[in-house]
Order: sequence, then structure tokens, then C-alpha cells
Amino acid sequence: MSGLLTGLFEAFATTLREMFRKPVTIQYPEEKKPLSARARWRIVLTRDPEGEERCVACYLCSAVCPVSCISMQSADRGDGRRYPEWFRINFGRCILCGMCEEACPTLAIQLTPDYEFCKYKALDMVYEKEDLLIDGTGKDREYNFYKHAGIGVVNPKGKNPDEYGPVDIRSNMP
Amino acid sequence: MNALAFYLLSAAAIFSTLMAISRRELIHAVVYLVLSFFSLALIFFMMGAPLIAALEVLIYAGAIMVLFLFIVMMLEMGAAKIPLTPFRKVWGPAVVIAAVIFFSMAILFFGTPQTAVSPMTAFVSPRRFGQALYTKYYLAVEAVSLLLLFALVGALYLGKRDNNP
Amino acid sequence: MNSCAPWLIIIIKAFLILFVTLTLAAYMVLAERKLLARMQDRYGPNRVGPFGLLQPLADVIKLITKEDILPTQADKFIYLIAPGVVAGTVLLTFAVVPFGAPVKIDGVTVQMPVIDLNVGALYFLAMSSLGVYGVALAGWSSGSKYSLFGGIRGSAQMISYELSMGLALVPAVMLAGSFSLNDIVAAQSRVPFVVYSPLAFAIFLISVAAESRRIPFDLAEAENELVAGYHTEYSGMRFGLFYIGEYVNIIVLSALAVTFYLGGWHGPGPLWLSFFWFFLKAAVIAFFFIWMRATLPRLRYDQLMHLGWKFLVPLSLANVLLTGFLALMFHWRNV
Repeated sequence: MSGLLTGLFEAFATTLREMFRKPVTIQYPEEKKPLSARARWRIVLTRDPEGEERCVACYLCSAVCPVSCISMQSADRGDGRRYPEWFRINFGRCILCGMCEEACPTLAIQLTPDYEFCKYKALDMVYEKEDLLIDGTGKDREYNFYKHAGIGVVNPKGKNPDEYGPVDIRSNMP
Repeated sequence: MNALAFYLLSAAAIFSTLMAISRRELIHAVVYLVLSFFSLALIFFMMGAPLIAALEVLIYAGAIMVLFLFIVMMLEMGAAKIPLTPFRKVWGPAVVIAAVIFFSMAILFFGTPQTAVSPMTAFVSPRRFGQALYTKYYLAVEAVSLLLLFALVGALYLGKRDNNP
Repeated sequence: MNSCAPWLIIIIKAFLILFVTLTLAAYMVLAERKLLARMQDRYGPNRVGPFGLLQPLADVIKLITKEDILPTQADKFIYLIAPGVVAGTVLLTFAVVPFGAPVKIDGVTVQMPVIDLNVGALYFLAMSSLGVYGVALAGWSSGSKYSLFGGIRGSAQMISYELSMGLALVPAVMLAGSFSLNDIVAAQSRVPFVVYSPLAFAIFLISVAAESRRIPFDLAEAENELVAGYHTEYSGMRFGLFYIGEYVNIIVLSALAVTFYLGGWHGPGPLWLSFFWFFLKAAVIAFFFIWMRATLPRLRYDQLMHLGWKFLVPLSLANVLLTGFLALMFHWRNV
């Protein structure tokens, strides 16, 4: 009986004490929780330092995407430089896993810390290329894929910056 | 004003009682019976017996009918399949009893001289009611409470027998 | 005009009480949500209006505009009246509560209860026993098993706790020597009855909590077993009636606890402060109910019945004997 009473008293005291504590709720639209350093949300397509598209439409992101939310159509600009004719990400399906970013050989596709992109209609969640493409370079400001890889096959071989000349296998003697 | 209320309440009581005995759905019958008790209680209240009125609602409408309702709900009985006039044999005694009641009421109505004092002016306070109950009618009260005690013990016995046969 | 005046006063009082009580009930909902939230380290509703003060209005608008669904299995007639029974009996109880000192207007003394019944305490018990029908009938008529269970549980619980509630009122009636709530309040002008019979007050509070079917006694609507119990099938304003009924019930029962045991509207200061004192005391009791909801878990059905029949009823019977004995012994009242 006395155990019951002290139990009751403790319970009532606890709730009363908690009543005067500051609530732990973060009131979202006004107060925002600080994001962690590596938080990743909305996906963008970046440009290289010269302002050209980085994406070479290699389909690697589309292939690796576990929910198949990325689709595109590759095209050639004429000089051998590839680019996506259209590029589409359905954020209604995207799970923000970041595998596309890992797969991307040109650092074109990147995840940003912007998480507030809810829409009223499901179709508005489908982002086209013009919605995805940004003017900046994103995370790596210096990186320029074509500087190293060249566009198409350059003649004579090995004339790209930082590129070694072709190896003469006959002279490659020990 | 009082007369109007009285006739309205009486009509409600008679109507709901008739409905109570003629409904096939048991729950509806119970609800109408509660309504009947309620209008009866209001008539009692108007006639100057507030204690009786309160007890009528409290005990009959509030307790006994709830038990009725409870049992009906528990047994989950649907609408009764039997005809409304089940026992032809009962009709004879019923008519005889109704006739006796009707004639005694007629005698009361026409046999006693009409008095100017309306019965509605009489008023019994709860205190006087209680004093009368415990001084003048104490024997009846004791008898009834003994009866209730027997009923309680009987119910206990019936309830226990299932556990220890 | 003179003969008409009392009627007019009664009608005005009834309308005032209806208006004030319903508004209070709406804000009781807000207060409960706020307090519960604070006790759980949350903020509670604070979006609609300053401090969420317009939340009740938003709730009511939502409830009114929602569809009123009639299940195909339901018994139409009873299904439609059951919410009215719950809310109606609770609101009717307020007719006998003296929530302030008598006021003199234009030479006419106006008593505060709508009607000063000389069987006021019994009237309260009668109304609360009629309230059982709302729960039982709503549960039965919905044509759903959850509702039926809720209805049966609710009615069984209310019948059981009515007993200890009635017995807990006996000491107050005994000490005042009257069923009239006005007389009971008048008898407490110096010392409230809780001093004479604290046990009765405690039993009354517990029984009242069970009577209003709230946590920890909300078996009739236990949401993790019975969805929402007897009002599972209800929607729109009919559900709103159950909801409002519950909160009006808290207000009425707090007011009655104050009337029976805490000295009613009596308090220090001038007479016009009586309304304030009454309101303050009732608010404290109402806060206690909310506090209890935040603190205690729900009882199991057998624990509920055990507490009611094997603990509270014998205890209140013993308390009636004890209070009677002490009252005679020390001449607490010239009976």
C-alpha cells in the first residue's frame, strides 16, 4: 500500500516537474536544425570551370540508381563532345542514396544540402535538365574532365595537357 | 400551464409505453421504456414529489433499465421472430384484470366529490419523506432491505455454484 | 411582467450557462492539449492564432464540415440520437450547479443555479446515470464489434462507479442536511466539507474520473484495443458531440466536486469575487484531471472492476459510517 502511494506520488511529481521544463520540440519552419556537414539532398548537374556542362551522358548514374529515377538521352555536339539531350530525375522516386554521385566519372551529378523541395503535385517532382543544371562548379572548383580526357581522338595522339605521348612498344625495351 | 405540461407528459408516457410493448427490436423497446419512466418521473416532479421523481430516474431509468440493456446487448438478440400476440390463453385474464382496473378508476373518478384543491399543490420535501420512511414505515423498509439481502445472498450462491460444483 | 420575470431569468441563465459552458469546454480541449504537451516536453497547438488560442474554432469548423457517415449496419434511429444523449445529460447537469453568490439585480435576488432543486444531488446522480445510455446505445447501434465492446465496457464501468460516487456524496449531504446544492454550499460558508471528510472527497474524485471515462479509466474507448470504442463509427459533428460531452463532463464534475467538498463559491474578499473563487477551484480540479491523464496508464478491465467494487464501494460505505459517527459525536451539525 505504501509502495503504491509513493509510486503514485513519484509519477505525479515527475509529470509536474516536466511541465516546467523547456519543450524539446524544434519548431521547424521558424527554427531549423543545423544540418550535418555531409548532409545530401537535392541533386544538381554542375558545370566545369569554363562554364560548359560536365555531364557526358555516360548513363552510369542511371545504371547505378537503385530506384531507376534517372533517365537521359545522349547526343553528340558534332566535335565528339557528348552531352545529354535531355536529363530527367524523378524526385518522387529518388531515395537520396548518393550512388549516382559516386558513379559519376566527371563530377557532374552532385547532391546538395537543400532539403526543402516539397511539391503539391507528384508530377512537379520530376525535374528536367533545365531545372537540374546550375551555373556553378559544385564541390570541386578546379576539375575539368575534358582538359584531361580530350574531346574525341586528338591527332596527333598525346597532345592533350598532362598527357604522355603514345608509347612505342617496339622501343620499350628493358 | 401545469395542466398542459401534465397532459403532454401523460401522452408521452402512454405513447412510449405502448411503443415499448409493441417493438420487435428489444433495444428499441428498452429505449421507449426509459422514455416512459422519464416522463413518469417528470409527472411525479410536477405533482410535488421531487424525491420520487429523482429516484424513478436514478433507479428505474438509470440502473435497472441499463441492466436490461446490458443483458440484451450481451445476448445479442435480434428482432423477435414470434408474433406480437403470443399467448392466446393469456388474453382472458388480461381482459379481466384490465376491466377491474378500469372500473375501479371509474369509481374513483365519479364516486369522489370534485374538490377545488388540485393535487399538484401538495409538496413533500425530501426531509419529510425520509422521516416518514424511517419512523412510520420503518417495518416495511426493514422488510424490503431483508428481502434485498436474501436476493444478494441468493445471487452469490448461484454465482459460486459454478466454480465449486 | 412580474409573473413572467422568473421564467425570463431562468431562460437567460440557461442560455448564459450553455454559452459559457460550451466555450469553456472548447477551451478545455485546448488547455488539455497544451498541458499534456508541456508535461511531455512538447509545445502543443500553437499555430492557429496567438498561442493557438483559435485552435478550438478551427476544430469546430473542421468537425462541422466533415461528412456525417451512417454505417450500413447501424440502427439508424438510435445511432443518430446517442451522441445527443451523451452531450445532453451532461449539459443538463449544469442546471443545478450554484457557481456564484446570489446577485441582486433591480431589487430581485437571482440565485445562481438555473433551478434550485431540493433534490439537486440526486438530480446530478440521475443525470449521470442517464448518460450511460449514450455510451451503451452508441456502442450497440454502430453495428461494429469494437463499438459494442466499448459500449458494454463503458456502461458496466459507469454503473459500477456511480455507486461509489453516490456513496461519496452521502457525507456531504449528511453534513449539510439537505440534497439542495444551495444548502450544501451554504453549510460550507466557514469550513469546506473536505476538512470533515477528506476520504469522501478522494473517493468522489476517483469515481468522477471513472465516470467521465478518461485515462486512466478510458476502457470504453481504449484506442489500442478498440480503435475508438463506442464512437469508432461516428464522424463529423456527431463525433464532436461525444468529444464536447467529455469535456463539458469534466467541467461539470469539477464544478460539482467544488460544490460538494471545497466550499462552492465561498472565499475571502467581497461577494462578487465568488464567481472567481468558484472558477479558480473548479480549474484546479480540472487541472488535476488533466494531470492524472498525463501521468497514469490505463487500468485493465478486471483491475477497474476490482478497484470499483472491492475497494471504493466498501471504503465509501465505511466512510459514511465514520462520518456519521463523528458528526454525531462532535455535533458537527445540529441534525
